[in-house]
Amino acid sequence: MTKPNRRDMFRLGAAAGAALIAASGRGARAASPPGAPPADNAWSNSLGHGVDSKPYGSPSPFEKNVVRRYVPWLSPTRDADASMTPLQDQPGIITSNGVFFERYHAGVPQVDPKAFRLMISGRVKKPLLLTLDQLMRYPSVSRIHFIECPANGATEWPAAQLNSLQLTHGMIGCAEWTGVLLSTLLDEAGLYPDSRWVTATGSDGAHMNRSLPMMKCLDDCMIAWGQNGEAVRPEQGYPARLVVPGWQGNVNVKWLRQIQVGREPWITREETSEYSELLGDGTSLGFTWVMDAKSVITFPCPEKPLTQGPGFYEIRGLAWSGRGKVKYVDISLDGGVNFQRARLDNPILDKCMTRFTLPWWWDGKVALIQSRVTDETGYVQPTIVQKHKFWGADPVYENNSIQTWQVLASGAVNNVQLS
Amino acid sequence: MLGAQAGAAQTPPPGSPHDGNAAKNYAGIVSKKNLQIWRAEGDGDGTLAHDKPATKPGYYGIGAVPSAAQIAGWTIAVPPSGAGLPAGSGTAAAGATIYASHCAMCHGGFGEGAHNYPALVGGVGSLGGSSPQKTVGSYWPYATTVWDYINRAMPFYAPHTLKPDEVYALTAYILNMNGVTRSDWVADAKSVPLVKMPNRNAFNWKDPRPVTHNIACMKNCVSPSSVKITSNAVTMNLTPRMTGPVDHMKAGQ
Repeated sequence: MTKPNRRDMFRLGAAAGAALIAASGRGARAASPPGAPPADNAWSNSLGHGVDSKPYGSPSPFEKNVVRRYVPWLSPTRDADASMTPLQDQPGIITSNGVFFERYHAGVPQVDPKAFRLMISGRVKKPLLLTLDQLMRYPSVSRIHFIECPANGATEWPAAQLNSLQLTHGMIGCAEWTGVLLSTLLDEAGLYPDSRWVTATGSDGAHMNRSLPMMKCLDDCMIAWGQNGEAVRPEQGYPARLVVPGWQGNVNVKWLRQIQVGREPWITREETSEYSELLGDGTSLGFTWVMDAKSVITFPCPEKPLTQGPGFYEIRGLAWSGRGKVKYVDISLDGGVNFQRARLDNPILDKCMTRFTLPWWWDGKVALIQSRVTDETGYVQPTIVQKHKFWGADPVYENNSIQTWQVLASGAVNNVQLS
Repeated sequence: MLGAQAGAAQTPPPGSPHDGNAAKNYAGIVSKKNLQIWRAEGDGDGTLAHDKPATKPGYYGIGAVPSAAQIAGWTIAVPPSGAGLPAGSGTAAAGATIYASHCAMCHGGFGEGAHNYPALVGGVGSLGGSSPQKTVGSYWPYATTVWDYINRAMPFYAPHTLKPDEVYALTAYILNMNGVTRSDWVADAKSVPLVKMPNRNAFNWKDPRPVTHNIACMKNCVSPSSVKITSNAVTMNLTPRMTGPVDHMKAGQ
């Protein structure tokens, strides 16, 4: 038996102290609802846990509602499904790694970093085979970008269907990604003048692959191993994933194992059967990579109603564009009749979430609140009616329409669509 | 600078998936128009910057050169030209047996789909109507994609475990169920790229956006009387519970 060390003595002391308090009148008061000065709360009269109790931290147990959620009727199986980020609980532009949305085609592979290999092959001068340690030796960059599934909002194409910010807008996350520019590795392998396309392939069971034009690959794509201060999470492609800034999530291939270079695209299942758009006339759009500008009010929203009666509230939200930076966000309180300009928080970055706010003195009456982003290219987020004109009545992808929240006199908030 | 190097190393090694003349490889498979669109997208209409690489090939000298066998094992993507299709062949009759044991539990006995898994058969001619049905037969533009996807990702519970002959046989069976190929058609590396899928020419590979043109109007943008609620999610009863443990919406809850 080992002798109790000093820390164990502390712990014993704390336990004894807690027992004493529980037996006293003060302990009984502390058990009543918290937040009642002048008395101390229970946690102010005891020792908290020490540095060794949680080597890897987790959110407060009171935040247990802040989790990824999914729409059970969307997919037949959880290993080929999507879950959504709780944007209603995301205070800023960074999505916490534990709640970053998921999209799998064959579940999450458990990749052993020692067995990880990245192959650069095909129409290159010098094919490369890299271990993770070797990949990490190349010159690196760190950039904050959003990744959004093009099916984000798909359920809302025909009508307002899901009464939730998380489920209508949460197939997006924004993170600081650290890794090697794809152009660095393609230069290292050496391209030919007709090396025009790349297919990136994952090591998951789906061997998920997409074709990407060389122009984009040499522009700003990166192979990331870092995500928000730690290794890329398994759900996001551990140990390394492709990041294709501003382009539909599916091309940001996770659990990456191969970059194959060729002359023409491969026309894979994920760029024909899926992630293409069937239009009303029976024709389809093949490559619709860029995620157009979009914004949404994250407070208030169906999950975060106005619970404290009329008075001051700050409308808060997030905006982003796959074509560059956010320029303006305008907010309407009357269903799109009038707008006022929101304040944008720094940083305002390329292909990155931007936070916006607007002070609001709510009069307690019904309101129809909307946000509308304009990006640096001048593109203005459209209404759902404008979207339907080109995309048809019930498409799947690229729903970046203006979201309307109906604030009721009770403070409850509903997802509605307007004529 | 690189141009000279590239000129010297222009010829790919024999047996490479990209040897030969690409245009010739695609003759009769991909329309000239689509081939032009793909090339323009790949090199940004000729502005591709990779003739100005930041470093020469092998500059950092990190990593190994993969062996031919290593490259072959991981290079499974098959483009419309069929480059990379392995030796082997299969017929619909052979495919029917494999389909019954490996595929029918999810895709249905006749490819009609089951348990919300995708249908593989039917829907030809439905795409422009009010209930479009997207299946392999009605929607997929190239038969090479059928081979590629079965090979890389199917069966769902044991992906990339079928032998080339089995993948050819399943390709033949699924195409035959769709009436695209005859029952005596033999799928192999030469025949699969030449299959003319019904929807081949209905894909527009050039992104037409922007196609909406909203303006950032600030005052009196629409008439207040025109603002009508057309749908309200609270009435739909489709939303899982958004607090507490994750709601799986199982029957009876």
